[in-house]
Amino acid sequence: MTAAIEIKAVQKHFGNVAIIRDLNLSVAKGERHAIIGPNGAGKSTTFNLISGHIKPSSGEIRLNGDLVSGLRPFEINRRGLSRSFQVTNVFARMTVWENVRCAVLWGTGQRYAFWKNVDHLTEVRERTAEILEDIHLSHRRDVPAGLLTYAEQRELEIGITIAGGANVIMLDEPTAGMSHAETERAVALIRRLTEGRTLVIVEHDMSVVFGLADRISVLVYGNIIASGTPEEIRGNPKVREAYLGEETH
Amino acid sequence: MSDTATTAPDMLKQQPGGAMRFYGIWLIAGIALIVLPLIFSSGSALTSFSLIGIAIIFALSYNILLGQTGLLSFGHAVHYGLGGFLAVHVMNAVANDNLPIPLPVIPLVGGIGGLAFAILVGWVMTKRAGTVFAMISLGIGELVASSSLILRSVFGGESGITTDRTALPHMFGWTFGPQIQVYYLIAFWVMVSAIAMYALTRTPLGRICNAVRDNPERVEFIGYDPHVVRYLAYGFAGFFAGFAGGLTGINFEIANSAYLGATQSGFVLFAAFIGGTAYFFGPILGAIIVTYLQLGLTNVTTVWQLYFGIIFIAIVMFAPGGVAGILMRHRPLIRAKALGMVIPSYLVAAIPTLALVLGVILSIETVARYTAGEGESNIVNLLGIPFDTTTAATWVVAAVLVVGGFLVARMTWRRIAEAWDRAATVARDRGHLA
Repeated sequence: MTAAIEIKAVQKHFGNVAIIRDLNLSVAKGERHAIIGPNGAGKSTTFNLISGHIKPSSGEIRLNGDLVSGLRPFEINRRGLSRSFQVTNVFARMTVWENVRCAVLWGTGQRYAFWKNVDHLTEVRERTAEILEDIHLSHRRDVPAGLLTYAEQRELEIGITIAGGANVIMLDEPTAGMSHAETERAVALIRRLTEGRTLVIVEHDMSVVFGLADRISVLVYGNIIASGTPEEIRGNPKVREAYLGEETH
Repeated sequence: MSDTATTAPDMLKQQPGGAMRFYGIWLIAGIALIVLPLIFSSGSALTSFSLIGIAIIFALSYNILLGQTGLLSFGHAVHYGLGGFLAVHVMNAVANDNLPIPLPVIPLVGGIGGLAFAILVGWVMTKRAGTVFAMISLGIGELVASSSLILRSVFGGESGITTDRTALPHMFGWTFGPQIQVYYLIAFWVMVSAIAMYALTRTPLGRICNAVRDNPERVEFIGYDPHVVRYLAYGFAGFFAGFAGGLTGINFEIANSAYLGATQSGFVLFAAFIGGTAYFFGPILGAIIVTYLQLGLTNVTTVWQLYFGIIFIAIVMFAPGGVAGILMRHRPLIRAKALGMVIPSYLVAAIPTLALVLGVILSIETVARYTAGEGESNIVNLLGIPFDTTTAATWVVAAVLVVGGFLVARMTWRRIAEAWDRAATVARDRGHLA
């Protein structure tokens, strides 16, 4: 079976600075895969590389077997990968409903249609309503996204990410800045919404990581130093030394 | 800052009478267009209405870029002007060769002209938004405007290209000689193109345009190429600008280089911005206000452009949402029945504010006439009171009005802000304000 994401020998330099040195990573289909690592390890850069936000200096990235390195983000998105952002990245002046609906449009084949009334598209409307229900924002549907609370914006961020129906979902620190109760809610939400899909998640909260992930990869200075099940990672001395030791006490 | 385009369908869902109210607005607009010339039937009124109608289409087309897609263009008149030239050339060709093309379809020719140029330059222009787009639009605007004076055979140099609208095949027995017939032609197309442009905001493309305006980076991660979205929006804007230009060609029976220039591009930016770009009807209000001011002010003062500038700066500084923004801010108060809490503060503020405005006008006029030298009347007529600009008393009155008006007005403006806070709290409590 081809992997959902296959990264081979990817390097990324910004000028003379190598952010990603030799990245190799494989994420199986249907797997929940967490990437952890200290600040500045290149986690967000890895996300940006996979999603096409930045192009690798060398190496190759495959999505469901297709070579996607070098493609634009929207091309990669159309091949079935969708990502969220660490810093909330929504359409601030548009309502919650409009935000989610825009994210539904391409996946339902609307493309750049200017001859259809968007309110009359039954499939679009139903999917949008479904996702709003899923992210518990139905009651806020007519509020401009910029006026939502922080936790609500994070939920909307997840909603936009899953709305297109991508089979590979990448979430960049979805619970960052949330309270305990909000985090628990968000984890339950993520678990439910990514059922049957591949999930790649970057997260600092170790309870989230170990509670959610099937496999964990540890990224330190642009290298994956270990990859395995939560138990394997917990027991890996290299990981403990490099990163986990300081964080879990 | 919610987008108006979202209000109509929400209205349809929330209230049973919403659909009727929504279509009612269009119906009332249509009836108003039909009835207006019957009430104000003077020649100058008809001319004004015709110009306003064209300005409405032009400003709405501009707002496809600015308000809907977030593209600030300084050269939108290029499409307007080229549409006008193409329309006039085609009118002449139709008249010369007796082609079976009636006058009412000529605006479509103008639209095709505007669209064709948008297709030609748009792909490169819309690669980036923001400053890059603004600068390129300025450059293209200058390029085309200067070319129009060089390529004399196409653009007719300084004098432009003239035409005769009555020489085209007539339709329904209308010759389109009298202004009233031209007005109805314009009114018809204003209605059609306003509905078309409104409908455009309700399509998948229209919604994605808004998304590109708000956050082009994120759009790339929901499957859309913001460059393509901007390009398509640019095409539509070019088409409707050319359409307005075609109507202008019919209205004036001439196309000249002034249509394409920076002044015209500035005019449409003013209209859209003063009206308010966040709402579909904003540019309509703006087009009416700006055209009316332009026509009205040129009759009473030589420095009308100065007033224009002051109004524009005031809007940018104090009401960036434009007139539509000011109006729409009151909607939650009306729904919460809290409007009565702010009205008295407006009335109180109106008097010193008016004094301030009159003081500014008197100062400007006094200085303008005083420095204009010979040949200019020394009398400024303000509210029927003649002020002699050579007397010290006039200068003193102006200064007192400006300074005193400002000091008092500032206090009353604070009271407006306080009244607003109270009313907004009530509206929030009653669930009409987020």
